Amino acid sequence: MTTTHPVTATPTPPRPLNASRTTATAARVLRQLTHDPRTIALMILVPCVMLFLLRYVFDGSPRTFDSIGASLLGIFPLITMFLVTSIATLRERTSGTLERLLAMPLGKGDLIAGYALAFGALAIVQSALATGLALWFLGLDVTGSPWLLLLVALLDALLGTALGLFVSAFAASEFQAVQFMPAVIFPQLLLCGLFTPRDNMHPALEALSDVLPMSYAVDGMNEVLRHTDMTATFVRDILIVAGCALLVLTLGAATLRRRTA
Amino acid sequence: MMNNAPGPPRPTTNTHPHPHPQPHANPEPAAINAQNLTVTRGPRTVLRNLAFTVPRGQITGLLGPSGCGKSTLMRAIVGTQAKVTGTLDVLGRPAGHPTLRTRIGYVTQAPSVYDDLTVRQNLDYFAQILDPGRHATDRRHDNVTRAIADVDLTTHTDALAGNLSGGQRNRVSLAVALLGTPELLVLDEPTVGLDPVLRRDLWALFHDIAASRGATLLVSSHVMDEAERCHRLLLMREGELLADDTPEALRTRTGTETVEAGFLHLVDKAKEEARTKETPR
Repeated sequence: MTTTHPVTATPTPPRPLNASRTTATAARVLRQLTHDPRTIALMILVPCVMLFLLRYVFDGSPRTFDSIGASLLGIFPLITMFLVTSIATLRERTSGTLERLLAMPLGKGDLIAGYALAFGALAIVQSALATGLALWFLGLDVTGSPWLLLLVALLDALLGTALGLFVSAFAASEFQAVQFMPAVIFPQLLLCGLFTPRDNMHPALEALSDVLPMSYAVDGMNEVLRHTDMTATFVRDILIVAGCALLVLTLGAATLRRRTA
Repeated sequence: MMNNAPGPPRPTTNTHPHPHPQPHANPEPAAINAQNLTVTRGPRTVLRNLAFTVPRGQITGLLGPSGCGKSTLMRAIVGTQAKVTGTLDVLGRPAGHPTLRTRIGYVTQAPSVYDDLTVRQNLDYFAQILDPGRHATDRRHDNVTRAIADVDLTTHTDALAGNLSGGQRNRVSLAVALLGTPELLVLDEPTVGLDPVLRRDLWALFHDIAASRGATLLVSSHVMDEAERCHRLLLMREGELLADDTPEALRTRTGTETVEAGFLHLVDKAKEEARTKETPR
């Protein structure tokens, strides 16, 4: 008797998203957050406080505040969403709810889209507040439309959600998940052109920064800062950020396994 | 002892204690059918060449010491275990088949619910996954209310799951599995850490589910006195099956008073056989 064929894990055909299950998941994630008002307050207020702080750090040189402030409007949502998503997904994995959900008729896409939707909504609130504060109270001088700033911020938040989801697959504990923040985000922060223009860097680093998505997030913000209309570079930047977000979300979906050891 | 607690069935050989679903009169195949079932985890073989069937409409107890592979077997049945080889058919389909996901209710050993949601919010969410869409709102509401009542948590409907006691959270987890009307319920140690009254009530509920809804239950436990409450037993030890029988037949066969004694008898016999096999070398 040599019937040692693996029990057929019938290859599930990728099915279209189920709108009801996706929105149910998004509503559930948001409902979880409503029981945790402190997290919401931190997510919303910390970026505003940082911008406020920054404005007076550069009290003597408003031009510097313009460029750094605009970049940060893109970076904050990325970092916050990265942290929140990586911890939330890790909790989902360790609490057994992920196993339960995947034993139910929930598509992986439904789950990920639900998370992206919920945190995307939160990112809109966060970015709108931070952008509003910077433009109208802190005197951030932006040539382009504030709506474009908001668009980039939203895409950055999506990218953060995607990255957080992806790395949570490699974290066995909350300690590790938090450590992925410096590991994944800090190098991008150093190389994205926030501290010095990217073409001033060592050519090797400049080449590296060309393949990191945060560079394009910051570039996009700077395009809005300097130009009245949507430039070709701006369109390229947001397409790259959106493309990266989708790519990483797909990779994240691949890390969700129905069958685990 | 616990044997005489209300609720336990006294099935003689294969006759169902309840009037309606006569399992042997059922032309449908067994709920679970395993042949040559082997599961490896890393270098270890956790389940070795298991062969058994679980009849429909009955409660089958999966018993054995902790670490013997009960949870792994249950995960293989619900389709969440990797590296499963051999044949494992569940409700007529290979285990893990997508169409099985609405037909099986599964409760993991640790309560898998969201601590930062209330009992009702937890159940509402899982109900939406099982039975999505706006048109099903009323049906979902009824299902959720019934499931909460089934596990006796009606007074805690709006409490956060994280604020409940361990046993209560276990019951929220169980309520999730009772949503909808699963044909097969796979319950991994559902009564662990519960007081005797609750344990008795839950077993009464399990019997009711099997009798009135015709569902099949596979319930694991390492508490042997719960074995007496099952229609059939699968006794496991170190990844192998020691027995697949009714509690009564097991006691008769081993000439013992309780299932626990019968189990120990079988373990000793297995050890002895292993020893005699090794000595000739």
